[in-house]
Amino acid sequence: MIRLSANPAIDTVIKLVTVAVAMFAFVFVVMVPLYDVLCDALGINGKTSGQAYTAVQAGVDEERVVTVQFVATNNEGMPWEFGPSQTAMKVHPGAVNDTVFFARNPLPKAMVAQAIPSVSPARAAEYFHKTECFCFNQQPLEGESAADMPLQFIVDQDLPRDIKTITLSYTIFDVTDMVNGSVAAR
Amino acid sequence: MGDHHHGPAKGLGRWLFTTNHKDIGTMYLWFSFAMFILGGFFAMVIRAELFQPGMQLVDPAFFNQMTTLHGLVMVFGAIMPSFVGLANWLIPMMIGAPDMALPRMNNWSFWILPPTFLLLASTLFMEGGAPAFGWTFYAPLSTTYAPPSVTFFIFSVHVLGLSSIMGSINIIATVMNMRAPGMTYMKMPLFVWTWLITAFLLVAVMPVLAGAVTMMLMDIHFGTSFFSAAGGGDPVLFQHVFWFFGHPEVYIIILPAFGVVSQIIPAFSRKPLFGYDSMVYATASIAFLSFIVWAHHMYTVGMPIAGELFFMYATMLIAVPTGVKVFNWVSTMWRGALSFETPMLFSLGFLVLFTLGGFTGLMLSIAPSDFQYHDSYFVVAHFHYVMVAGAVFSMTAAVYYWLPKWCGRMYNESMGKTHFWISFIGFNLTFFPQHFVGLAGMPRRIPDYALQFTDFNMMSSVGAFIYGASQILFLYNVIATIVAGKPVSDEKVWDGAEGLEWTLPTPAPYHTFETPPKIDPAHAHS
Repeated sequence: MIRLSANPAIDTVIKLVTVAVAMFAFVFVVMVPLYDVLCDALGINGKTSGQAYTAVQAGVDEERVVTVQFVATNNEGMPWEFGPSQTAMKVHPGAVNDTVFFARNPLPKAMVAQAIPSVSPARAAEYFHKTECFCFNQQPLEGESAADMPLQFIVDQDLPRDIKTITLSYTIFDVTDMVNGSVAAR
Repeated sequence: MGDHHHGPAKGLGRWLFTTNHKDIGTMYLWFSFAMFILGGFFAMVIRAELFQPGMQLVDPAFFNQMTTLHGLVMVFGAIMPSFVGLANWLIPMMIGAPDMALPRMNNWSFWILPPTFLLLASTLFMEGGAPAFGWTFYAPLSTTYAPPSVTFFIFSVHVLGLSSIMGSINIIATVMNMRAPGMTYMKMPLFVWTWLITAFLLVAVMPVLAGAVTMMLMDIHFGTSFFSAAGGGDPVLFQHVFWFFGHPEVYIIILPAFGVVSQIIPAFSRKPLFGYDSMVYATASIAFLSFIVWAHHMYTVGMPIAGELFFMYATMLIAVPTGVKVFNWVSTMWRGALSFETPMLFSLGFLVLFTLGGFTGLMLSIAPSDFQYHDSYFVVAHFHYVMVAGAVFSMTAAVYYWLPKWCGRMYNESMGKTHFWISFIGFNLTFFPQHFVGLAGMPRRIPDYALQFTDFNMMSSVGAFIYGASQILFLYNVIATIVAGKPVSDEKVWDGAEGLEWTLPTPAPYHTFETPPKIDPAHAHS
C-alpha cells in the first residue's frame, strides 16, 4: 500500500477523500453517459434512435401487417396544436412509409419546439426505424402560423412475430427559453 | 501528556469547541433524539389526517410536505446521526483508543448538522411551502414542479452529505489506525466491524447523492437537462442515480443496528456470539450486494425483462447473508442463560420484527408481484418494519444497554420494560394493518382514501399515537436516570457483558485508554 503521509491517519484521510471525490465525478462522467449509451444500444425506455436510419435493402414482407398508431401529447404549458394527420396506419415490415404531423402556434410570438418520441411496447423500439423525422431537430414556428412536419419510417422485418401493434408517441416541449437563453440543449 | 488529566471545560464553550469523542457522541445522541421527536410530530400530523377518510385537518399540499419532511428528518436527522453518536461514544472505548483519529473534524461534522436541519425546517414557512415531493425527491416533481424552497433543500442535502462523509472518514481512520496493540481486525467487537463497513458505504454513496442533487440544481437554475426530456434528458435517470445511493443507504442505516444487537444478545444470553466470523463475512456480503440491486425500487419504470430478472435474483440473494445473521443471533440464545432486561427485550423485538420486515422485503423483491405492491401501503409497512423495528428499536436497546456505563446511574427497569411493551404494541398496531390496506390497493402518500380502508387506518392512527407517546416515557426515563438514577459503580454493569468498554470505570471517565490496554487473547471479540 502506498503511503501518502507519514501520519497514518492523514494517509487514510487522503485516500478516502480521493474515493469520495471520485464517486462524485463517477455520477457525471460515468453514470449519465452510460445510461444514455445503454438506452440507445438496447432501445430500452422506448427510446428510438436520435439519428436518421439508413435503409437496408432487404425486401418487403407483404405477408405481414403491423398496425402503427400515432399519439401526440403536449407537455404542460405548451400551447401549440399538435397531432398526427392520421391516427393509425397498417404497414408491411420492410416498406418505407410516410405520414405527417401538423403543428400550429396559436400565440403571436415565434416559438421553438422539440418533439420527443417514445415507442410502446418498449421491445419494439429497436425495430422501429425513422429515416426522416421532425423530432431530429428543433422546430421553429413564427407566431400564429402552422406547418406540416414529415415523418418517414420503416418497421424492421425482424420485428418479433407477437408484436402486431406499435404505438409511436410524441410529446412536444416548448424549448423557446432554452434556445433564446443561448444555453445549448444536451 | 503523562498525568495531566483535565476534565471538561465549563459552560457552553465545552460543547461548542469540544473535541472529546464522548462529548460529541452525547451531542449527536441528543440531537438525533430531538430530530426523532420532530419527525415523529410530522408523522402524527399524517396519522391524524388519515384517522378518517376525507379531508380532515390539513390541505393536501401540506400533507405532502409532512410526508416529505417526516422521511428526510427521520432518515438523515434521527437514525443516521444517532448511530454516528453511538460510534463516537463506543468505537474508541471498544478498540482501546484514547479518542477518534480526527477530533477537530469530528467537532465540525456534528456542528454543521443543527443549522442544516434548521434551514430544512425553515422551508415550512417559505412561500410555496416546504419540499412536497417525497423523501425520494423524484424528478420532475423535484425539478420542474418543485416549490422555490427546493434550492434550500438541495443545499441541506449537500451539507448533510458532507457531515456524513467527514464522520465516516473519521471512523475508518480511527478503526484502521488506532486499535490497541493486539486488537486485530478479527478480534474487534461486531459493532466496530459493522460500523467500519457502513463507513465505507457512506464514503462511496454520499457523493452519489450529492451528484444527484447537484444535477437537480443545474436543471433548475443553470439550464441543463439531465432529467428533462425536453432537452434530451430522462427523468428515469434520476431514479437510477438516486437508488444507486438509496439502496446502500438502507444498509447504512441497518448495519450498525446489526452491530448493536450482536453486542447485546450475547450479553443477556451469557454466551459468546455464535458464528463471529460468518457475521463479519455476512456483513461484507450485504454491503457488496447493496451496490447491485438498486433497480428493484423501480421495477415499474419499463426495464427490459433481463434487467428485471437480474435485479430480482440479486435482491433475493441478500436474504442469504441476512439469514446467516438471524440464524447466528438465534443460535447465540440457544441454551444460553437468558434474562430479559430492557435492552434484551428491545433486541428481541428487533429480531422478530426485523425478520418480518425482511420477509415482506422478499415479497417485494419478486418483480412480477411487485407490480401490485409498488407504491402501496404495503411498501410503507415493509420499510417501517425494518427502519423503526429494525434501526430505532436497536438504537433504543443501545441507549438502555450503555447508558449506565455512560453516566454511572441505572435506569428504572420497570419503566424501561413498560416502554418496551407499549412501543411493541403501538408499533405493531400502527404498521401491521398497513400490510392489509396496501395489498387491498391503498396507495402511499395520499391524504384521503377509499372508505373500505377506514377501520385499518383508524387502528394505524391509534397505534401511532401510542407509539409516539411511549417515547415521552423513554425521554423521562433517560433524564431521570442521568439526574437521579441509582448509582452503579461496577465496571461490568451487566454480568454477561464482554468487551473493553466494560473494563473501564463506571461512569466512563472523560479521558479513557490514554495508555493502550492489554488485549486478553481469551476475550477475543466482545
